Amino acid sequence: MAALPQPSDRLAAQFGPHLNLAPPGGWNAPDQPERLVPTHCCFCGQQCGIKLKVRDNAVVGFEPWEEFPFNQGKLCPKGVKRYLQGNHPDRLLHALRRNEQGFAPIPWDQAMERTVSGIRRIQEAYGKDAFAVLSGVSLTNEKSYLAGKFARLGLGTRNLDYNGRLCMVSAGAGNKKAFGVDRAANSWADLERAEVIWVSGANVAECAPITTDYIWRARDRGAKLIVVDPRITPLARTADLALPLKPGTDSALTNGVLHLLERWNLLDRDFIREHTNGFEAALEAVRPCTPEWTSAVTGLPASAIEKAARLWGEARTSFLLHARGIEHQSKGVENVNSCINLVLATGRIGRPYCGYATITGQGNGQGGREHGHKCDQLPGNRDIENPEHRRHICQVWGCTDAELPGKGLTAQEIMNAIHAGEIKGLLCLCFNPLVSLPDAGFTREALERLEFFVCLDFFLSETAQHADLVLPSALHEEDEGTSTSTEGRVIKINKAVDPPGDARPDWQIMVELAHRLGRGQYFDHFTSPRAIFDELRRASKGGTADYAGITYERIEAEHGIFWPCPSEDHPGTPRLFEGGRFFHPDGRARFIPTPWRPPMEVVDADYPVWLTTGRVVYHYLSGTQTRRIGFLVEQCPHPYVEIHPRLAARYGLADGDAVEVATRRGSLVLPAKLVATIRPDTVFIPYHWPGPLSANLLTARHLDPVSRIPEFKVSACRLGRTTPDRFPAELLELRRMAREASSLQGDIPGQVF
Amino acid sequence: MVSAEYGFFSESPAAIRESISNINEAGAFGFFIDPQRCIGCRSCVASCAECGTHRGHSMIHLDELDRSVSTQTGPTVCMHCEDPICAMSCPADAIKRSEDGVVHAAQKPRCVACQNCELSCPFGVPMVLPGLEQMLKCDLCYDRTSTGHRPMCATVCPSQALLFAPRHEVASLRASQPLREFRIGALTVKTRNAIMVPDPEIPLNLDASLLCEGAL
Repeated sequence: MAALPQPSDRLAAQFGPHLNLAPPGGWNAPDQPERLVPTHCCFCGQQCGIKLKVRDNAVVGFEPWEEFPFNQGKLCPKGVKRYLQGNHPDRLLHALRRNEQGFAPIPWDQAMERTVSGIRRIQEAYGKDAFAVLSGVSLTNEKSYLAGKFARLGLGTRNLDYNGRLCMVSAGAGNKKAFGVDRAANSWADLERAEVIWVSGANVAECAPITTDYIWRARDRGAKLIVVDPRITPLARTADLALPLKPGTDSALTNGVLHLLERWNLLDRDFIREHTNGFEAALEAVRPCTPEWTSAVTGLPASAIEKAARLWGEARTSFLLHARGIEHQSKGVENVNSCINLVLATGRIGRPYCGYATITGQGNGQGGREHGHKCDQLPGNRDIENPEHRRHICQVWGCTDAELPGKGLTAQEIMNAIHAGEIKGLLCLCFNPLVSLPDAGFTREALERLEFFVCLDFFLSETAQHADLVLPSALHEEDEGTSTSTEGRVIKINKAVDPPGDARPDWQIMVELAHRLGRGQYFDHFTSPRAIFDELRRASKGGTADYAGITYERIEAEHGIFWPCPSEDHPGTPRLFEGGRFFHPDGRARFIPTPWRPPMEVVDADYPVWLTTGRVVYHYLSGTQTRRIGFLVEQCPHPYVEIHPRLAARYGLADGDAVEVATRRGSLVLPAKLVATIRPDTVFIPYHWPGPLSANLLTARHLDPVSRIPEFKVSACRLGRTTPDRFPAELLELRRMAREASSLQGDIPGQVF
Repeated sequence: MVSAEYGFFSESPAAIRESISNINEAGAFGFFIDPQRCIGCRSCVASCAECGTHRGHSMIHLDELDRSVSTQTGPTVCMHCEDPICAMSCPADAIKRSEDGVVHAAQKPRCVACQNCELSCPFGVPMVLPGLEQMLKCDLCYDRTSTGHRPMCATVCPSQALLFAPRHEVASLRASQPLREFRIGALTVKTRNAIMVPDPEIPLNLDASLLCEGAL
């Protein structure tokens, strides 16, 4: 039913990705702005401040926002060129309906009617839960909150989940277990004077570039830097200790370090006694983790493990950062807790320059995971299965407990249920699962089985190409609202321009659909983002993620506010856990034992090489936006396989050669990139691309038992040298586009001065 | 001490703006290039192309030194030589250095686009674009510094490998040392901008296989 209506190359000709190379009117058009709109970048969880130049209802450029305290004007190349996602030739201006020729524009009213009747048809035939919602955390807090309410009260389905499930859910689950709350323990200001900075599975320089300067400043003050990653990332290049461990062995390393901290008596026993529970059990789990054992599991020299324990154990202040590298595993939550165990064992948290945080990846990865578009969660980071939490939300929403569905399936499990024919209809917004979920071949099969599929997007993403109806939504700069940065700082997104054509913000689309579904009593009062935010404040009140005291005015006046902020006279909370008080009812933190277990898939004779995946600095997530911006595509047009020269020699591979990478899920042919900066038993592929270039053709649907995050970071693969004629046509086309971007980068100015 | 109000800045951006506006008289601010900090993201390249005077064209090069062995990258911006070779080699006397030490793009109508400057610059900075009969180069964002802003590349640089700061503050901001004198062949070149000299103890190439074997 939902197979592509046309070959993908014909869809590409119509809907892109095409490259936007220059501001509206070209480089020689006047760029003097009518207004500068202070807002934030949409391209990662750091949420850097930026001012957009606006002229004639178009964003024509940017100006650094030096007053915004987090980034003080700094921007990565995605931020610099973000403005080119506006005025884009691929932009969807009308609702689209699939037909045999492809997609045809239809009037808005008709699109709404068809959507409503499609939803009704599925739910009447198969039950409410047979219609699912997949959402995303590039949405503002307001839209995230509304997506949760829309699914539960608008559609009455329990099957709502979000792409944060592919981002930082392992960290969230681990943090809740250990601390009773899910947020960075500190603002980044504490990084600067930490004596030791430990970075595990976080390619900071590429995925959170602005954080680099915080770390470099600490190093200029003498801080030691430990970087744990199978690759020597740009951050690791000058580290005091680079630990290129085997993929999937992160908790073995941290367990080994905890073992040594105890052996060498580098523990803060007073802190452990007064502020934590469960230390003995955690210690018991690391008894076997001697340096020799740890070395054998991780593939690191014992001396390096000992050095890590010394550096970490002997410091007076420290900051531990981690990200997807340790979280995207079938033991993601255990990896996170094993890191937290190191922090708690040394008592270095809740004090100045003593910190811990996950680096959130997606734009609103933090706020979007707090207000109820997770399948198991209600606003304020409440639990959908907790009767008291349900009562509070029912009271705010004015609904009965019977009307509020229970816990549903997680994102990958929703896709599995679609594939199994249990879920028949899907509404997808702000999510491109065909590129971002593992086992892309399986995802494609699942999407083809949907009986009714509606997508909200501003470009026709690869996923949206499978939809029956596509509703044009608004860009980040076309609406206002709040989001919450990786630090836990709630910030304000400001509207710069109006959406073009029939496009409108996702919240307006959801409110209208709910109204047409006869559920207007819960939604009709949402006439603006502010109205949604005001209800979010009440709904979050008393939860751990308490926004009750945060107002749009305060955010702007104070350059953001750190939650929890329970009242309007509360200053917000940049540093959590001060005085060793944690969020569990007894006020104590918990050590969680993390006995070692291997990844779900390990290398063997058939698939002898580790495969790990990740991002590059020039692209954001599934690339729907960044693969449409000329400069970014010019810098990194297509994926490649990073391979150590020693491993390459075994296959007779030279730099640029075609290499086929195969796993039990699928295979792809890409150019080899020979670099000594990766372990010689591991290859790396960046994942931002679709179709035959998708790294997720190779990855597996192995999930963490708690967080249900897929194990993107660990697969077993085999390699084979092949011939360049097997490069996919898509790769050659991207190379052509990159060359074109390079040659057309600027119009020649007539006269400079 | 981290200021609660201004983060890492010791003064408010407005106060910094006030002091930057003095750059043209005093040259109190220096431009410091620290390749050790560079993460190769090309924000500098991307943002330079947004400049009002050479829109669409970046005056900055960002090179991978040798990606096969290291992620080390190096940004090249104009060093603003004290006795600029580009100006010396210009047959039309079109390249001027202002009193604050900034070496400007070639002036029209003098510039004849002969490319002597392009060929002679030891840092490879000046550009004569096809179709534009005029040499373009970094002028340290004169439009920005003259209105109290830092140059664009040094403002956006995520790693602050490109730093624009009061000269007297650099020693307290950075562990590495600024270098402004370079021997190029028989020539000694003194520059306004500085390269931060890396700590020789830190290896620039890390081979993951050797790290795994404990050989580094």
